[in-house]
Amino acid sequence: MEIFWFLIIAVVLAMFFVLDGYDFGTGIIHLFFAKSEKDKEVIAKAAGLFWDSNEVWLVAAGGMLFMAFPTFYASVFSGFYLSLILVLWLIIFRAIGLEFRSQFNYQMWKDIWDKSFGVSSLLLALFFGIALGNVVRGVNLGGVEQGISTYEAHFFFLPLWNSSFSPLTNHPGVIDWFTIIIGLISVVTLAIHGANWVIMKTNSSINEKLKKVIFKLNCVLLALTIVSVICWQIVNPDALNNFAEKWYLLLFPLLYIVGLTGLFFIHKFKKDRYGFVCSTLLIVGGISSSLASLFPVLLPSVNDINEPLSIYNTAASDYGLSVALGWGIIGFILLFVYMIVQKRIMGGKIDHMDYGH
Amino acid sequence: MEDMIFYDRLQFAFTITFHYIFPQLTMGLSLIIVFLKGLYLRKKVEKYNDAAKFLMKIFAINFTMGVITGIPMEFQFGTNWAKFSELTGGIIGQTLAMEGMFSFFLESSFLALFIFGEKLMGQKLHFLTGFLVFLGSWASGWFILATNAWMQHPVGYEVLENGKYVLENFSALFTNPWLLPAFLHNQLASVVTSSFVVASIGAFYILRQKNIEYGKLFLKTGVIFGLISSLLVAFPTGDWNAKNVAKYQPASFAAMEGIFETEEAGAEIVLIGQPNMVEKKLDNKIAVPNILSFLTYQEWDKQIVGMDHFEEDELPDNIPALYYSYHIMVGLGTIFIGVMSLAGFFLWRKKLYNIKPLLWTIMFLVPFPYIANITGWYVAELGRQPYLVYGLLKTADGVSPTVSSGNTLFTLLGFVALYMLLGLLFLVLVGKAIHQGPKHQTH
Ligand code: HDD
Ligand code: HEM
Ligand code: HEM
Repeated sequence: MEIFWFLIIAVVLAMFFVLDGYDFGTGIIHLFFAKSEKDKEVIAKAAGLFWDSNEVWLVAAGGMLFMAFPTFYASVFSGFYLSLILVLWLIIFRAIGLEFRSQFNYQMWKDIWDKSFGVSSLLLALFFGIALGNVVRGVNLGGVEQGISTYEAHFFFLPLWNSSFSPLTNHPGVIDWFTIIIGLISVVTLAIHGANWVIMKTNSSINEKLKKVIFKLNCVLLALTIVSVICWQIVNPDALNNFAEKWYLLLFPLLYIVGLTGLFFIHKFKKDRYGFVCSTLLIVGGISSSLASLFPVLLPSVNDINEPLSIYNTAASDYGLSVALGWGIIGFILLFVYMIVQKRIMGGKIDHMDYGH
Repeated sequence: MEDMIFYDRLQFAFTITFHYIFPQLTMGLSLIIVFLKGLYLRKKVEKYNDAAKFLMKIFAINFTMGVITGIPMEFQFGTNWAKFSELTGGIIGQTLAMEGMFSFFLESSFLALFIFGEKLMGQKLHFLTGFLVFLGSWASGWFILATNAWMQHPVGYEVLENGKYVLENFSALFTNPWLLPAFLHNQLASVVTSSFVVASIGAFYILRQKNIEYGKLFLKTGVIFGLISSLLVAFPTGDWNAKNVAKYQPASFAAMEGIFETEEAGAEIVLIGQPNMVEKKLDNKIAVPNILSFLTYQEWDKQIVGMDHFEEDELPDNIPALYYSYHIMVGLGTIFIGVMSLAGFFLWRKKLYNIKPLLWTIMFLVPFPYIANITGWYVAELGRQPYLVYGLLKTADGVSPTVSSGNTLFTLLGFVALYMLLGLLFLVLVGKAIHQGPKHQTH
């Protein structure tokens, strides 16, 4: 039962990063590459039309985590207190930027909100990667000082950084060189994803240029990926054990590699859709590989005194999980129906649609 | 301990109050939109369709705000109330996760279709998408109230040795005797808000001599919905809730009614008076004997327990705020019934559109249903104190053990600043939409 819910939440999270991921990426593209007013508008629209229904996936992931693994939810959300609240603020800023920009027709006004949209998208992408880095690296569970826990064993509190910015201490912070690397991977990946979204959804004048950008970013991503795999080994030496034991898990890194390789052929693609598919593979592959390498652990402990949080010691009761599976299945079927209906009616390029309520 | 949780409580109160400004309009407004769209399908008069689409624009702005301010709510259970989440997540996590699954997805998917898809799918389907948006928003109210009802009156749970509450009976969460009255009262209260908003837009257009056709339609619709919902919100649903509080939370009932001493031979109802917490009495009291006993139990001389009956640490910790909130809600409710009855009467006599003072009154009454809704929630939430889960878990024991109050103060200040900006944005957007009026087609 725990495994079921772990899988469901993993899927919902992946959906969130694939869907909201493209509008974060669109923000990054907007910040660096959109020059003419027409492109700016179209690109903002490519995110603006969809972001609030995409963010529902975040709400859904949060709700399910709360229901299925309450101890994990409580521990992580309070432990990463400041970083999470910062994420919330950035989400709000981004939304304000998107909704505000087209309200008045002054150039300065538009510039301010464009920057707000772009910069918060960039920072959010960075933060999501950093969060993943933290989960892989582990935290000081129980707040151990000189061998004694200062909190209950499953609680912790992480400062934003420690003085050495190193992940290899007993008192890591949210930001260190390892998590920064993962954060950069996230930024580059989502930028690629966003560029693909713009190409797929619009006829903007920079689509051709974006393909070149994707190619370059993809080279950067390849380099970063190699570096990160090495660092990953240093920070968490057990990282590959799961893959060695259960070879079928290698499917997940394979997805990532296929996506990465595919994107090198971006200029040859006949349909704009293929690029988006590749970057989707990247995201899904990246997230699923990280989770698979940890499984069944959800959050490692950097001390030897307190056990890591795993799906088994943080889950709700079996009864609760099985009723929820019942309604969960009904819910997913309904959701699937909505998505098909929406796709049938609203698919295709968006240039002809009017935006601005 | 009290000091440690002060900012957590303040932050929750601030962010939820701000959040609840938006859903209370969307839930009621979606009903009115569905009504107007349905009217268009039957009568085929363009005016109704334009009116529905115009209100949907206002709905969409509110929806966006609801989403932006709702995400912090979902996070805050974990960030600020970690101990509470850990202990009760197996139960209230159910209803919260169901809200996401069954209502937010429904609402957000079909809202996009309603706004952008009219030309693509024909009128009948367009009506259907509107109806689904309505269904989604009311389902959301249902699940969130199921969550709150469990905190007010916990049912269907079991306590483990480690202090955790686990679900024992899933269906009990939805047959909770607290839920149905609270849900109906709350939904009707949100219809009150939206009726006043619609009526006041109507009054504004008529007074400004602009969009007069639509102004009349909005005013008429708002007054009819407003009259019905104002009556129903007081009776039977308000009354029903009061009986529930008297039954399940007698200490909070005594505090909200301002009864300091148990009155053996029937309790009086307090109309006006200021709680004096030092001498434990009401100053400047005006009260009518025996009415409260009658309203609560239908017996004139039935005893009602006062606050003297309870230990200090069983009583809500902010009695004056609770008492005032309750009296503001009920007082405003009475005023709404009065104004809407008057407007309804003149509407029936076909004079309403010419009575300027009444139109001005309706236009300026807009903030008050919001105040009634929010004070109503303060009654519920302050009355629940000192418990987080009534009778089981004290508020002080639910807070995050690792987050210091300095951190909370910092984030509270951040939320205040951001929400000011957000509020400004909201007013600009709504003001612009109202100014442009129904005819202005952007789609
Ligand atoms: C337009 C708003 C509005 C109006 C006019 C009223 N209410 Fe109300 N009331 C609410 C809006 C509201 C609310 C905000 O929607 C609450 C908060 C919790 C809930 O379920 O509904 C509420 C709760 C609430 C409670 C429960 C408090 C608790 O849970 O501890 C009682 C006893 C009443 N109401 C009673 C009344 C009575 C007797 C009214 C007579 C006029 C009345 N309300 C008018
Ligand atoms: C319906 C779902 C709701 C849930 C699950 C909920 C839950 C909570 C929780 C967990 C707290 C913090 C603990 C505490 O102080 O008791 C709280 C406090 C509070 N809530 Fe709610 N709330 C809900 C709705 C609302 C609404 C709509 C409002 C107002 C508009 C509101 C007003 C408050 C206030 C003022 C407090 C602070 C009370 C105090 O600490 O004295 N709540 N609520
Ligand atoms: C502590 C209490 C609450 C929490 C945690 C909460 C959570 C949320 C969240 C996460 C959203 C965004 C949904 C989305 O992404 O689409 C939202 C929106 C919404 N909430 Fe709340 N909420 C609370 C209180 C309430 C209350 C008391 C009501 C009404 C009874 C309510 C009704 C709604 C509705 C109808 C929406 C849809 C957005 C809209 O139409 O404005 N919420 N809420």
